[in-house]
Amino acid sequence: MLHELATASSESWISFNWDSLFSNFLPATRDGITYGGIYALVAVGYTLVYGVLNLINFAHSEVFISGAYAVVFTLTGLGFDGNSPNLGTIPLIGDLLVALLAGAVTSAVVAVLVERIAYRPLRARGAPRLAFLITAIGVSFAIQYLIFLWRGSVAEPSVRMVPVKAIFQIGDTLIFLNQIIIVVAALAMMIAVDQFVRRTRTGRGIRAVAQDPDTATLMGVSTERIIVLTFAIGGLLAGAAGLFYIMQVPSGAIYNGGFVLGIKAFAAAVLGGIGNIRGALLGGFLLGLIGNYGQYLLGDAQWNDVVCFVVLLLVLMVRPEGILGSSLAKVRA
Amino acid sequence: MALLELDDVSVHYGRIQAIHDMSIHVEEGEIVSLIGANGAGKTTTMRAVAGLLGLSGGSITFDGDDISRTKAHLRVVRGISLTPEGRGIFPSMTVLENLDMGAYARKDKSSMSADFDRVFDLFPRLKERQKQSGGTMSGGEQQMLAIGRALMAHPKLLLLDEPSMGLAPQFIRQIFRIIKEVNQQGTTVLLVEQNANQALKLANRAYILETGRITREGSGAELAADDAVKAAYLGG
Repeated sequence: MLHELATASSESWISFNWDSLFSNFLPATRDGITYGGIYALVAVGYTLVYGVLNLINFAHSEVFISGAYAVVFTLTGLGFDGNSPNLGTIPLIGDLLVALLAGAVTSAVVAVLVERIAYRPLRARGAPRLAFLITAIGVSFAIQYLIFLWRGSVAEPSVRMVPVKAIFQIGDTLIFLNQIIIVVAALAMMIAVDQFVRRTRTGRGIRAVAQDPDTATLMGVSTERIIVLTFAIGGLLAGAAGLFYIMQVPSGAIYNGGFVLGIKAFAAAVLGGIGNIRGALLGGFLLGLIGNYGQYLLGDAQWNDVVCFVVLLLVLMVRPEGILGSSLAKVRA
Repeated sequence: MALLELDDVSVHYGRIQAIHDMSIHVEEGEIVSLIGANGAGKTTTMRAVAGLLGLSGGSITFDGDDISRTKAHLRVVRGISLTPEGRGIFPSMTVLENLDMGAYARKDKSSMSADFDRVFDLFPRLKERQKQSGGTMSGGEQQMLAIGRALMAHPKLLLLDEPSMGLAPQFIRQIFRIIKEVNQQGTTVLLVEQNANQALKLANRAYILETGRITREGSGAELAADDAVKAAYLGG
């Protein structure tokens, strides 16, 4: 950090390198879409809980990183390490499913526990909105430092489960197997959850609680059950994102590893329109792309976050409700 | 035995008591009206019966069971449906989805299409507007939708909170005619109204509610003919 500051101050600290952006356009697009899928999956958890409770669940970033840890432990247990494994298709799919299950279930359990322990008692007492917010931030830090105490300040050793191999190439840019799996699976999961909320009876219950909890109760909807379910669904997807994150960043399991990614995913949810599942998808991919383009344009990985949040601010100035608006929640007449 | 019985019911908002030792009953097949001025506690009573508000004293019996502590969403299953004040239409759901929500708690979905037919018979307007989103409908249409939605639950007791509020006169007449029709088809009705004239005409029995207390009770015709009631609620 000090070193970077020293070099940064010695020369022009900001310059636009359009050549770098154009020559790296394809790899930036590839990485942007890959990260976009991960952001989108995490963003759904923020959006669903916000839609139903009007609560920004800051602990969702730790729900996500818990899933990533579960994935790493499971894969290590299965004998994987930092080297590219030599796996056939069938065992690969089998191991992927085991890791997915471990990550998704762990994150869902953490999400539901957070709801039970931290938020439900506040709801039962009719606590003001601010109490929920500060509790959410507190839970986020509590989980981070519990992990710190347990695993220390260093990241878990790398694990690779998907063989490092390029499947095809566009120009000079190689598209890797793990990236294809991430994008296809993330899209499939997003479509599944969107259809679930739109078409099923339980999905109608979720939308009813989001629009008007009292009237939903009068229809026979148990709002408490819907709330638990929303946390669980958000957790399942965050756990899946934990698997994909480890596939993209094999050494990504670190106690505070959820924090920045979580904030980014939350920004994606706001960018697309919080409360809106399709908005989470759109916002996720947009932020993934924008961050990666910005990084090449400005020449340093640190610029990724700067560009993302500057774009978020600009979009919100024009469209305060986000790009698609908040449709799941409060279109109250 | 009464279908619904409130026995010495009290309700508080924080420290403020909104309902004082209220005892009312609704017999099966009746239409009972609760008349009162703004702030008399009519909506509070309805919300307490539906389970959205807890009691600070007394008990509520429905169909022979004490439901004082039964959760609101389970009272729906038992057969109590409230059409809330302001109608509570889900604005970004279509008419059809709103009606579907009415049947959310029902276990038997076999007669669903017959139920839709029944609602569309009562409210042909809703059939025309099936795909329209609830939030874009007029007040009268929303009230029809709210009543139709409540009927989808097959309630034994239909609670209607100010169904005529904010509606044009032709809608008011239509809504009252339909309440009567629904009642004749076998649904017991507890009705809260500021429009005392119509509500007394329609009701078998009525209660007058003043600042959280029942002050009068009688048949609809009796109260409508009473000088004090006339002066206070029927515009002399």
